[in-house]
Amino acid sequence: MTITAVFYLLAAFTVAAGLGVVLSTNVLHSALALMGTLLGVAAMFVLLGADFVGVVQLLVYVGGILVLTLFAVMLTSRVDVRVSNRSVGTLPALVVVLAVLTTMVRAILATAWVAGEPAAPKPTVYGIGNAFLGGYVLPFEIASLVLLVALIGAVVVSRKEVKE
Amino acid sequence: MGALSLQHFLVLSAILFCLGLFCVLTRRNAIGILMGIELILNSANLNYVAFARYNGSAYDGQIFAIFVIMLAAAEAAIGLAIVLGIYQGFETIEVEATDRLRG
Repeated sequence: MTITAVFYLLAAFTVAAGLGVVLSTNVLHSALALMGTLLGVAAMFVLLGADFVGVVQLLVYVGGILVLTLFAVMLTSRVDVRVSNRSVGTLPALVVVLAVLTTMVRAILATAWVAGEPAAPKPTVYGIGNAFLGGYVLPFEIASLVLLVALIGAVVVSRKEVKE
Repeated sequence: MGALSLQHFLVLSAILFCLGLFCVLTRRNAIGILMGIELILNSANLNYVAFARYNGSAYDGQIFAIFVIMLAAAEAAIGLAIVLGIYQGFETIEVEATDRLRG
């Protein structure tokens, strides 16, 4: 019973922060609300017994991507310019999103999921490490290559172009 | 509803997905759109980990989630670099104003 209460508390926090991301009129506030959502999802991972994924979420998302986003926000807004986060077409988008949400929730509740009883949580780092260097070694190496290419690409794209 | 079931997490993930979709559809700020994409990726990750937990298999779902986080990092780096490039050329990152390929 208590874990259900914890779930609802965390879910309310996550959704509230997500609403902050979507509805805030200041892009900086959106980025800070995004941090709340990412933390809530990390807590969900821990609740699901995925401790390693939760820590990766904290390190990569909150520690990396979010800081990158904040840098981009601050680099693309001058001091005197309002950091606007204009939204347009709210009403059609709301209709589409509500239709999608209704369909998805109805499908989720109507489906008879083949869900076993979850095993007691146990440390996952050992198993994930073994899987990465065992059956998943090729995707793992390709992932490192993709990251290298993305790194070089980001540097090339964002550097100042020298006009001749 | 008694104990936590798979549906709890799936519904939460659906809500997060719809928030991200709304963000992508309505934002005119390129960074705001990227934030919506982050929300959508997070909801997909939540599904992966929830399915992995409730089907008792090995670590496949969690490993997929880690790969998605990795790709999200690459996407954020490239996407924000492109946003900075657009800002240098257009002095704005409103996606409606950036309608020329040659800056």
